[in-house]
Amino acid sequence: MTTARTLDSKQQAIVDAAQVAVQSRGYWATVAGRIRDDKVTIVCGLVVLLIVFSAVFADLIALADPYKASMLKRLAEIGAPGYPLGADEMGRDMMTRLLYGGRLSLFMGISPIVIALAIGGTLGLVAGFLGGRVNMLIMRLMDVFYAFPSVLLAVAISGALGAGIGNAIVSLTLVFIPPITRVTESVTTQVRSLDYVEAARASGAGSLTIIRVHVLSNVLGPVFIYATSLISVSIILASGLSFLGLGTEPPEPEWGLMLNTLRQSIYVNPWVAALPGVMIFFTSLSFNLLSDGLRGAMDVRL
Amino acid sequence: MTAPAVAEPVVRAEDVAVSFVGRDATVNAVNGVSFTLDPGEVLCILGESGSGKSVTLRALMRLLPFRRARLSGRIEIAGLDVMAMSDRALADLRGTEVGMIFQEPMVAFDPVYTVGRQITETIVRHEGVSQEQARRRALDLLDRVRIPSPERRLRAYPHELSGGMRQRAMIALALSCQPSLLLADEPTTALDATVQIQILLLLRELQREFGMAVIFVTHDVGVAVEIADRIAVMYGGRFVETGPVREIMRNPRHPYTQGLLASTVHSASRGQTLEAIPGSPPDMTRLPPGCAFAPRCRFAEPGCETPPAAIQLSPHHMVRCIRAT
Repeated sequence: MTTARTLDSKQQAIVDAAQVAVQSRGYWATVAGRIRDDKVTIVCGLVVLLIVFSAVFADLIALADPYKASMLKRLAEIGAPGYPLGADEMGRDMMTRLLYGGRLSLFMGISPIVIALAIGGTLGLVAGFLGGRVNMLIMRLMDVFYAFPSVLLAVAISGALGAGIGNAIVSLTLVFIPPITRVTESVTTQVRSLDYVEAARASGAGSLTIIRVHVLSNVLGPVFIYATSLISVSIILASGLSFLGLGTEPPEPEWGLMLNTLRQSIYVNPWVAALPGVMIFFTSLSFNLLSDGLRGAMDVRL
Repeated sequence: MTAPAVAEPVVRAEDVAVSFVGRDATVNAVNGVSFTLDPGEVLCILGESGSGKSVTLRALMRLLPFRRARLSGRIEIAGLDVMAMSDRALADLRGTEVGMIFQEPMVAFDPVYTVGRQITETIVRHEGVSQEQARRRALDLLDRVRIPSPERRLRAYPHELSGGMRQRAMIALALSCQPSLLLADEPTTALDATVQIQILLLLRELQREFGMAVIFVTHDVGVAVEIADRIAVMYGGRFVETGPVREIMRNPRHPYTQGLLASTVHSASRGQTLEAIPGSPPDMTRLPPGCAFAPRCRFAEPGCETPPAAIQLSPHHMVRCIRAT
């Protein structure tokens, strides 16, 4: 101990430089590198992109008018001339309706999550950071919503408000606020007690700065990932509401509603009747796996 | 010490007490700590875990959870009354007059920002300089704490640095606004032995360079000897013995200090049995009314039932033990 007391600084620098020769790649480069090695995530990401793309550009891709019915072509088989995916019970082109239906299904699936993320995220952040009575008030209020199964709650609220896209979105938002609040709250409480928050306070940061800079940035990642995993649930719930006649109304094309109206034809033409369900399944599965992959790739600490 | 009496002390703490009020019990973590610290002086608070050393350190900046912690006494830093400060004034004090480094350099940095960003953020916050100026300062700081290729480290995320490197960066952060007082909470405990000594030497060097006063908390006698001018031995939330490092080492008067020194491994002690202090640290929810160390003390006598007064053996050597007279 006594002999090595005066490591001169040059010597020291050489030792240190040799020890840590890792070139910093930057955060996003690391994330991109991880995703590149993960085939499932890439495929799911492409599927999601394809679905979103085809929904947005439905009027460019679609061959026919989604509302144009034809008595003759009712329940046409898949592959019938002019009807690549068959026709529904009114003789409307299935492919066109599936493309257009994606618009509403995605919109009704994603917008409640976005709104719930804003509201629930704020509530959870406030509850987690302030703690004490505020926390208790907010979290117990959320528990009230938790008492109902989410499907039942969505149906009950939609039923009370009446059918319609707006009301369905309101009810779904209410369903998703509690879980998002809860996750945000727990992550915030965790982050709040970490040393770097105290270190920030020790170097003179005020509460607002700490929330804005340190808490928010560390909470946003996990909460955002959690919210994307809810999109799949939300799409299913939204379709469910439409299926029950509480969401979109005919003749609007929407996957859940289409599933409902084709229900009676399941014995006549099961393949066509199942198509909207297949779309819902693939969309929600892809969103789910994608969010899983992102969660793994975006964690800086791994 | 021989510091001229004219210098205003950086820290003046009088009868500082901290207790944590819980639902079931009140933990009396610090029970009346008084000391002064002159500019450029290094005070080492030595004690077992749970003796209240870290809490004392945090109390100086009022960095305790305000809901549960009860803080009393008088604290002055650089002539300012800390106890009377508003939150705003406290935030201004922290980081400018007082810097702090932590035990775990791993978790003391926010993982989602680069090291450089966290240092410049502090500089901009306190001095209102431009980003570019702050960046230059940060670069200079990293250079001063001997971080090789600082340019690259500024853009690195905390997890990309090694433990020792991270602790160096932490020191740079604490020094970013040239504080007159540095609080160090076991900054070397989480590091390898070889890195420990490097960090200690660096701290000592920077302390001289900046002329800072340092309060250094540790449980390691070896570390204390290495860095301190003055040692305060803490037990049961009180300073049981304080004095210049040389005097404490040569002539420890409190049985606890003696036990602490005897239980430290020296190079000469091979083959000898180490003396351990029997028992475990006191339960801070139920401290004995008298001397807190009495239950573990070999020399305990009936007189230990009353709180021992502080006895000045010399102007700078204080001990709280009735046997010292």
